Amino acid sequence: MHYKIDCGALRYLKVPQLLRGYIMFLNMSLSSFLQHLTNGISLGSLYALIAIGYTMVYGILRLINFAHGDIFMMATYFAFYAMVTFLLPWYISFFLVIVLTTLLGILVEKAAYRPIRNAPKISILISAIGMSFFLENLATVVFGGRPKAFPAPDIFTKIIHIGSISIQRLTIIIPIVTFVFLLFLLYLINRTKSGMAMRAVSKDYETASIMGVDVNKTISFTFGIGSALAAVGAIMWGMKFPQIAPLMGVMPGLKCFIAAVIGGIGNITGAVIGGFILGIGEIMLVAFFPNLTGYRDAFAFILLIAILLFKPTGIMGEKISEKV
Amino acid sequence: MSLLKMNNVTMKFGGVTAVKDFNMELNKGEIVALIGPNGAGKTTAFNMITGVYKPTIGEVFYKDRNITHLRPDQITKLGIARTFQNIRLFKDLSVLDNVLIANHLHVKSNIFTAILRLPGYNKEERNMRRKSLELIEKVGLKDVINEKSSSLPYGMQRRLEIARALATDPEVLLLDEPAAGMNPKESEDLTIFIQKIRDEFDLTIFMIEHHMQVVMGISKRIYVFDYGVTIAKGSPYEIQNNEKVIEAYLGVNEEDA
Amino acid sequence: MIKRKVISTLVVLLFLILFVLFANNYLDSYVVRILNLCAIYVVLGLSMNLINGFTGLFSLGHAGFMAVGAYTTALLTMSPAVKAQNFFMMPLIKPLDSISWPFLPALLLAGLLSAFVAFLIGAPVLRLKGDYLAIATLGFSEIIRIIFTNTQNITNGALGINGIPSTTNLWWSFGAAAFTVIIMILLISSSYGRALKAIREDEVAAESMGISLFKHKVLSFMIGAFLAGIGGGLLGNLLGTIDPLMFRFMLTFNILLIIVLGGMGSITGTIVSAFIITIAGEALRFLDETMDLGFVVIPGIAGLRMVVFSGLLIIVVLFFSNGLMGNKEFSLEKIINKFKKKPLEEGGSK
Repeated sequence: MHYKIDCGALRYLKVPQLLRGYIMFLNMSLSSFLQHLTNGISLGSLYALIAIGYTMVYGILRLINFAHGDIFMMATYFAFYAMVTFLLPWYISFFLVIVLTTLLGILVEKAAYRPIRNAPKISILISAIGMSFFLENLATVVFGGRPKAFPAPDIFTKIIHIGSISIQRLTIIIPIVTFVFLLFLLYLINRTKSGMAMRAVSKDYETASIMGVDVNKTISFTFGIGSALAAVGAIMWGMKFPQIAPLMGVMPGLKCFIAAVIGGIGNITGAVIGGFILGIGEIMLVAFFPNLTGYRDAFAFILLIAILLFKPTGIMGEKISEKV
Repeated sequence: MSLLKMNNVTMKFGGVTAVKDFNMELNKGEIVALIGPNGAGKTTAFNMITGVYKPTIGEVFYKDRNITHLRPDQITKLGIARTFQNIRLFKDLSVLDNVLIANHLHVKSNIFTAILRLPGYNKEERNMRRKSLELIEKVGLKDVINEKSSSLPYGMQRRLEIARALATDPEVLLLDEPAAGMNPKESEDLTIFIQKIRDEFDLTIFMIEHHMQVVMGISKRIYVFDYGVTIAKGSPYEIQNNEKVIEAYLGVNEEDA
Repeated sequence: MIKRKVISTLVVLLFLILFVLFANNYLDSYVVRILNLCAIYVVLGLSMNLINGFTGLFSLGHAGFMAVGAYTTALLTMSPAVKAQNFFMMPLIKPLDSISWPFLPALLLAGLLSAFVAFLIGAPVLRLKGDYLAIATLGFSEIIRIIFTNTQNITNGALGINGIPSTTNLWWSFGAAAFTVIIMILLISSSYGRALKAIREDEVAAESMGISLFKHKVLSFMIGAFLAGIGGGLLGNLLGTIDPLMFRFMLTFNILLIIVLGGMGSITGTIVSAFIITIAGEALRFLDETMDLGFVVIPGIAGLRMVVFSGLLIIVVLFFSNGLMGNKEFSLEKIINKFKKKPLEEGGSK
């Protein structure tokens, strides 16, 4: 409303830091820069996939699904056990993981969110957080707290050379896969009946149900899709960062929710944009200011605060006014 | 000097113009009404006076002071109070608390002296309670003074809203559909009540209302809105016989025209 | 009537003093530690309830304030020698490396620093509503934690701090709890308390009644942070060791739990709930241990306690969303009145 942002704070940002970053920028070779950029795009794609789940659920239920990051974590464990314990080939494992994670997401909704759909906001939030902690602790008890090594099939981790940069095949595959799934999703949302149902329910829950939309099914469907995408992201994440642990979903979960907010919560394109901004930004921050590596995670939060102060509805968001 | 003045005030929400070029004046002691069909922009006009909305174009003056860009709490402190169309009482709080809260803006003690219950604060608290009790009695809510405000019947809630607004010690009182949901007898009582408080508290009243008996009975002047445009203004007699007004409310019948 | 309140307060305080004397001399140290924790969580619970329950601000940043309080108190009360031992990777900055304060001024400064941080955070963030405020405050809490993890020469970074003097005892914790309760009661029953409740009930209406939203929200936020800082300080000096990982979102959530279960607008509810949750948390510890039931031995599974805890949590939230007390207070007067109540009098009250 009327409160001025104190831009005086900016003068405390150390000038030597900026100078250092600029020198880094000048000294960085093109190949190095491109390497960082491709890594950023890869990370951004993964963030985008997970962020979509948050934004869809919030769009429909006005609920921050705190458990989403943990569903992502569970997917990595499903993949681990499928490939390591059951020794299934990767193409079967991956498919199975997506199916199982989808079911898990739907189950979580039925158990923790559906019963209290009309309860006060704070109860729903606590239930979401409780479910998140429940999954984390369950994973700790069942899978063990120590990190495990994710078995990444060679076909993905093979290093390829493009010009002067060397990257894993995976780094290119991730954005491509993301793009493909995104197209699927947009088609689903804009050209199918179920998609229309989802859009209707997120605009106006009650009217949609009066118009004959099966709200419960639509909501389950939304959770299912979000979880499926998170599973895809999880599999690729596991291959890119091969260490998995029960609490691995906490930070990515938080960051991806922030990505969704930055892009405009409730808006799928926004979630993708937000994911890329976050992913590329994070990698670039560490590339240009390597002594700030410890603050890597803080980057997302700082972006969040900035967006909330200047454009709270996000990049693609619309203003909602309250009737007085 | 007019007490309250709006100059060429326009309110646009994106592509929708809710209020177009509204000019009004309120003089001390008057009771002026704003009428018009639902959705005509009347409450929006109120919201612009009280600072809830900032006019897209135009200015609002209170005692020759430009209040267009002030916050609602600042405007209330200057002496303009209001009630709401959809009653906005503090639901979970008692009748007494609702009225006491409206006294808070006059408290001089800071939060620390209040917590420590220093004599200065205690005196202010005693005064607040006394004032509030008097007001509650005046509106006839003494018997339910400790009841939760949301448990009151509708008519009592409306009275409480008025009492609460009065507790801020206003000079100008904006009433948004005070008679909504009332039966003819209640409306009559309300009409008398409004005149009574105008006299007793030395108020100037600007009122949005649909109950024509209330409006025509006590208003000195009336403004009429339709789709945000002021289609007529004048005395009750002039308005009653104004064709555009009749048209706005009842529509035009081709055969009769 | 004021006199009656003062007398009953003094009676309660006397009872507390006697209880602390008794506990210190007759209860074993494990029970005493739990009592300390309970009292600290009363302080923390009330401080959060002020912001979330009474003012209606959806703030999830409490762990951040606690971290500021805990680190401040620790760094001020530790002896220079112990500090030197801790800061072996990078020396602690001057003048912190050579000073050592008594507990009370350290706690007060901790509270004031937390309040200051709250002001810095609150000024931009408190105009946000609902979920947005929640994640903004959560974000700031995480930023504080990340900063603490990276400032090796002030907080010792990820290594944390050990050997904090155990200056927290029942006198301090119960004393702080009593102080907090009294402040809360005085605040909530004052005009400012009513203003905060008005903001909770309906911001638009409150503002239209002349209440400056920003000023009151920031006040509530700062006082809540002040108390949280003190709570954090007490906690640090009880546990003896702190590190940034302690102040993750989980901590805020635990306190949120306490106030929701106790009833978000109730002081007595929070007090009772703080005791129940803390004791229950300890009691469930057996789930992590091996259980010897005589005829069968169930091996302990680490983490089972938390699984059960969070499971119970969900169940309680599903079925008891108003908490124990809702927003009512437990009071002797109400109980006495219940017995005195006559059936419907003329024009009677219920």
